Amino acid sequence: MGKFVTFTSRVVPLLANNIDTDQIIPARFLKVTDKKGLGDNLFYDWRYLPDGSPNPDFILNRPQTAGVQILLAGDNFGCGSSREHAPWALTGFGFKVVISTSFADIFKNNALKNGLLPIVVEPEIHQQLCNLVEINGALQLSIDLASQTVTLPGGTKFSFPIDEFSKTCLLNGVDELGYILRFEKAIKEYENNHNGK
Amino acid sequence: MFQKIWDSHIIIQEPKAPAVLYIDRHLIHEVTSPQAFTGLRERGLKVRRPDKTVATMDHSIPTTDPSQPISDELAAKQIQQLYTNAKEFGIRLYDMYNAHRGIVHVIGPELGYTYPGMTIVCGDSHTSTHGAFGALAFGIGTSEVEHVLATQCLLQRKPKTFEVRVDGKLAHGVSAKDIILRLLATIGAGGATGHVIEYTGVAIKNLSMEERMTVCNMSIEGGARAGMIAPDDITFEYLAGREFSPKGKTWEEAVKSWKQLPTDEGALFDRSIVLDASSIEPMITYGTSPGQGMGISGRIPELQTISNLSQRQALEKALAYMGLKPGQRLLGQHIDVVFIGSCTNGRINDMRQAAMVMKGRKIAAGVRVLVVPGSQEVKRQAEKEGLDIIFKSAGAEWRESGCSMCIAMNGDQLEPGQYAVSTSNRNFEGRQGKGGRTFLASPLTAAAAAVTGTVTDVRTLITKN
Repeated sequence: MGKFVTFTSRVVPLLANNIDTDQIIPARFLKVTDKKGLGDNLFYDWRYLPDGSPNPDFILNRPQTAGVQILLAGDNFGCGSSREHAPWALTGFGFKVVISTSFADIFKNNALKNGLLPIVVEPEIHQQLCNLVEINGALQLSIDLASQTVTLPGGTKFSFPIDEFSKTCLLNGVDELGYILRFEKAIKEYENNHNGK
Repeated sequence: MFQKIWDSHIIIQEPKAPAVLYIDRHLIHEVTSPQAFTGLRERGLKVRRPDKTVATMDHSIPTTDPSQPISDELAAKQIQQLYTNAKEFGIRLYDMYNAHRGIVHVIGPELGYTYPGMTIVCGDSHTSTHGAFGALAFGIGTSEVEHVLATQCLLQRKPKTFEVRVDGKLAHGVSAKDIILRLLATIGAGGATGHVIEYTGVAIKNLSMEERMTVCNMSIEGGARAGMIAPDDITFEYLAGREFSPKGKTWEEAVKSWKQLPTDEGALFDRSIVLDASSIEPMITYGTSPGQGMGISGRIPELQTISNLSQRQALEKALAYMGLKPGQRLLGQHIDVVFIGSCTNGRINDMRQAAMVMKGRKIAAGVRVLVVPGSQEVKRQAEKEGLDIIFKSAGAEWRESGCSMCIAMNGDQLEPGQYAVSTSNRNFEGRQGKGGRTFLASPLTAAAAAVTGTVTDVRTLITKN
């Protein structure tokens, strides 16, 4: 996982509520043993027509969304299956941030472990962003994790919450396994105290 | 109860960091584990406690003749990978030919791997099933599978608690599935996010272990981290004598400690809700989220009755996909397929309920009915009771165990546009096959649809005993 750096990107809106991980990456694409290449199948059933050609009406197929790194999604994004293939597919496509009013717990955990930042905003700010994107499809946002702020064109900022631990992991590109491994002694002790249970 | 289990499994909690939580049982399957084992190899790590780890293959395996080779090359490769990983890391594997194989959340409890008071994880969101035993059980991602394999621990932020009390008595023809669908219709698909649900109340106490598992199984569909039910004599009776249950003196000590688990009288929950079991009808979903459900005699909501804009849009989008209209009744709606099975409703009592409705009847012309037992043990038991004969003489397909059409990874799937009544857990777009349209319901309601070819109130087909 690389370090999370400050960046500026266009925003693509996908505003349905309860976008589940089966929509993000349909189950038939889970028969893989690798993490790579899943971006090609991101939102497959919305992105492609039954004959396999790109659906021209789907927003990610429009030329102006090429290279976009920020997804603006409806409530409860990432609900359903625990598949980590969902953040793998999103980051494989190029997304670095998803903004929503709420995220499903497992998705959020999975995203943070893969350098994908879930930004939770209040419904009013979410609505404001939706309005701005609707007026200006080329709207750009700057994301600064260190200061926990999103900056709109013109300089308006709003802040977002993230727990200290996840923030440090993302900024330094470190993963959690290294952290847990530091407690080997405590784990062993726990196991001994519980009769190897 | 949650608090007691949580506290007794904390290895360490540093300031500003999540807790390091010890995991007692780790279940793995073919789909969400390969990348975790790759991670272990890359770091030169071993599986810390293979004795606490159990593997099975369930998601992408065929439910037809197991002696035939798997025709799907990718699925075959993934399954082969699990054989390799289990062998290399010394993990017990219930493979495709094992007499005790089945869906991970069916065989875990069946073999006695699940006890009260345990922490249990699996790279599968329906791990919440095991909470029916008073365990803290939840689904994790593949990175976390790797963490548990390597350290037997997980980093966890403490969730909040949510009491769902179900008072009263269920009416005839109404089952555990209807309780959970009713809860989901009440709180919505994200209504329990960040919480662990504890189900309480007399209607829950009166459920069998199989029924309790159905309720806990779908906790995740409300966004809950886990669902739990306090262990009692019904729990102990289920566990006694199972292959991996404690035996002899250890059993007695275990039961004694399990009796200490239930939530203390007067303990506070962060949230609470009360449902009245006697007011629950057989339930059915009409949309593409498990929270979009209603009583079988109900009508789909009119758009103008929903004040929240995004919820209204969600309903509009769902109905467009489902080919249904606001205000419409579902009773009498034509269906093409019935699926009875899954980790939600693939247990022996589910088979018995479906068989009770199908006995002496034929499935409606043009309807395809798949009955897929949740495990080979369920299959054997059903066959011992002659249930397979009832299904087959009605015209249904009686299959080998597996996840099958719940996730449609193995070729068991809907065709675009088809309507199905399904006892599984998710009615998401394309979940049961691209373009397929799912009505979630109980095994009773599914069997009723099988014999009539339409969405039917099962209470019209069964007599009150």
